[in-house]
Amino acid sequence: MDIKAYIILSLVLFTIGIIGVLVRRNAIIIFMCVELMLNAVNLLLVAFSKMHALSSAVKASPGYASDAQIFVFFIMVVAAAEVSVGLAIIVMMYRNVHTVDVNFLNRLKN
Amino acid sequence: MNITTLVFILLSVMSVGSAIMMISSKSPVHSVLWLIVVFFAISGHYILLNAQFLAIVNIIVYAGAIMVLFLFVVMLMNLNAETEPIKNYRLQLVGIISGGALLLVIVSAVMKIDTEQLVEMKVGDAGLIKVLGMNLFKNYILPFEISSVLFLSAMIGAVVIGKKDDEVVNKPEN
Repeated sequence: MDIKAYIILSLVLFTIGIIGVLVRRNAIIIFMCVELMLNAVNLLLVAFSKMHALSSAVKASPGYASDAQIFVFFIMVVAAAEVSVGLAIIVMMYRNVHTVDVNFLNRLKN
Repeated sequence: MNITTLVFILLSVMSVGSAIMMISSKSPVHSVLWLIVVFFAISGHYILLNAQFLAIVNIIVYAGAIMVLFLFVVMLMNLNAETEPIKNYRLQLVGIISGGALLLVIVSAVMKIDTEQLVEMKVGDAGLIKVLGMNLFKNYILPFEISSVLFLSAMIGAVVIGKKDDEVVNKPEN
């Protein structure tokens, strides 16, 4: 498979995440779109890792090509921590303003 | 067209279609369920790339733990299609157009790259648990340990933020 196919697939998924952040007002859905963007990046990193594994310099040491997959592993770790804190913040916001609409978070404005 | 290309196209259509359904469905619960379908499709991509460890971790951590947390919060707040805040039509159109313009620019830039690089499908040991574990515990041991500190601080942070603030709640209005 050509690497460009994976690049374009990841870009489409990432753009759908961006559009979701732009068009939705529910804070939880916006948060889920951020997760979708993280996953698009993960997919691209794994594809690049497997592209790298084909180059002849890497053939001798298989651990070298797996660096990108270690990065994906750490992205998942950070995403899990981020979700726990972010959902706590959203629950706190719901408790204070009784809605998850991000348009109600304009109190810093005036 | 061989079977690998067919599976790739099938998984790509499944992930992109589910992602579009996720941002367009009214009910937050449906959005969460569509996002789980996206994660399963991406896990299928990992299996196709022979990244077995990441495929399993993606299902367990993302589709399992994180999405259950999302679903739990959505159901705790009793969100449904009626209470869903809707952005006005013009702003939605602006968002879609600007996102589409971004996609257009980056895809046209990518198409200009003159490369014939291929991706190794179905074979290769870069994604096996043994290779990844050796690499993780030899070269990336320090980030691995630091991530445990990150988890601890995230856990404490979530508890502190989510704690009910009694003195603020019970304070008389004056």
